[in-house]
Amino acid sequence: MTRIDTDRPESVLPTPSHTVGPFYGYALPFPGGGDLAPVGHPDTITLQGHVYDGAGEPLPDALVELWGPDPDGTVPRVDGSIRRDPATGGHLGRNGVEFTGWGRIQTDAAGHWYARTLRPGPRGSCAPCLSVCVFARGLLVHLFTRIYLPGDEAALAADPLLARVAPERRGTLIATDEGRGTYRFDIRLQGEGETVFLEYR
Amino acid sequence: MTLTQHDIDQEIAAAHAAYEKRVAEGAPVEHHPRRDYAPYRSSVLRHPKQPPVAVDVRQDPELVELHSPAFGERDITETDNDLTRQHTGEPIGERITVSGRLLDRDGRPVRGQLIEIWQANSAGRYAHRREQHDAPLDPHFTGVGRTLTDAGGRYRFTTVQPGPYPWRNHVNAWRPAHIHFSVFGTAFTQRLVTQMYFPNDPLFPYDPILQSVTDDAARQRLVATYDHSLSVPEFSLGYHWDIVLDGPRATWIEEGR
Ligand SMILES: [Fe+3]
Repeated sequence: MTRIDTDRPESVLPTPSHTVGPFYGYALPFPGGGDLAPVGHPDTITLQGHVYDGAGEPLPDALVELWGPDPDGTVPRVDGSIRRDPATGGHLGRNGVEFTGWGRIQTDAAGHWYARTLRPGPRGSCAPCLSVCVFARGLLVHLFTRIYLPGDEAALAADPLLARVAPERRGTLIATDEGRGTYRFDIRLQGEGETVFLEYR
Repeated sequence: MTLTQHDIDQEIAAAHAAYEKRVAEGAPVEHHPRRDYAPYRSSVLRHPKQPPVAVDVRQDPELVELHSPAFGERDITETDNDLTRQHTGEPIGERITVSGRLLDRDGRPVRGQLIEIWQANSAGRYAHRREQHDAPLDPHFTGVGRTLTDAGGRYRFTTVQPGPYPWRNHVNAWRPAHIHFSVFGTAFTQRLVTQMYFPNDPLFPYDPILQSVTDDAARQRLVATYDHSLSVPEFSLGYHWDIVLDGPRATWIEEGR
């Protein structure tokens, strides 16, 4: 059952995914979860958008996690995203100096989310992008997608994943430049303009 | 039209039979629920209709998704894994110890990664604003914990037995007692959010969320085992629950570095 016998590889089978449910809101989100960028960093960008269901209604209970490299394309290896205060047992938050690369944001009552992070640098053959994991009530298995930043058309054209996405759907993976370092990225779980979701194998 | 447990039972049975038929005809075993599982009504408008685009991680060892965020001692405090010690008073309920190992698909321990849990109190009430259930709140229980796995991939929580609670999927819908788990692996591709159940709960067959895992063996893996050796004398009952992460991760040999 739930005691896995690691001497028998055939018994090492995945634990099934389950929905995050409606009541995670007091447990998983944390203050400053979307403020990844160290204070005053020149490569700071703002990302914002909505999460919509198949009826076009915004989700007030979606959870968005972001994970990405720093502006040099280096993967951060520093902890401290959810620093706790050993004195009070309460939440202390990021220190505003180190970049952990990871953030977590719950959509607000209007289904809106935002994050301030650092502009990701290119890594490997990929155009600069952030990795996204979406959770919600009603979603039995989380969804992966990516946020590509517009601007460098040559890099986007050379990206191996974008090259395999149907041209009419490619735009769902590319944020819209709203000026002053702000980008819009809406996530549509179903229906018209459905976001391209990814499966890693 | 009022949606009854009987209606949901029939939908659960139909989805289960369809899965068994697919497997009998040679389809692969499904370890995870399908996102489109109508007996869980919230899934109807929230699952993509387009198939996901596959990313073969072996094509690009530099993928950021082959790494995971780091968590460390700064991210937890001493009492974070003891949900009975987070307030000045003692929470109401049967104290339990929940422990197990975090493993990858090769059975190797996943060390130093973050496990977060949240749960209802012993009366079946979450300390969540939008929660409508009129069972009592417990001023001495929030129901949130976190820990880092140790060098052997082990984790351990002290908490109280959560109660079952009603929800509004259909008339007389009740969730079996469960603890929610959020887990990170060595790669972001291994990210997992799931729920742990307790053995022999009579609500199992009625719950569309548990039954969304249509494979019988996979569903069993969500149920902890009572473990007398984990029970703490004069204090708590012990449950063992190992977690196996799915999803590809970096294989250093293949990378040749
Ligand atoms: Fe729950």
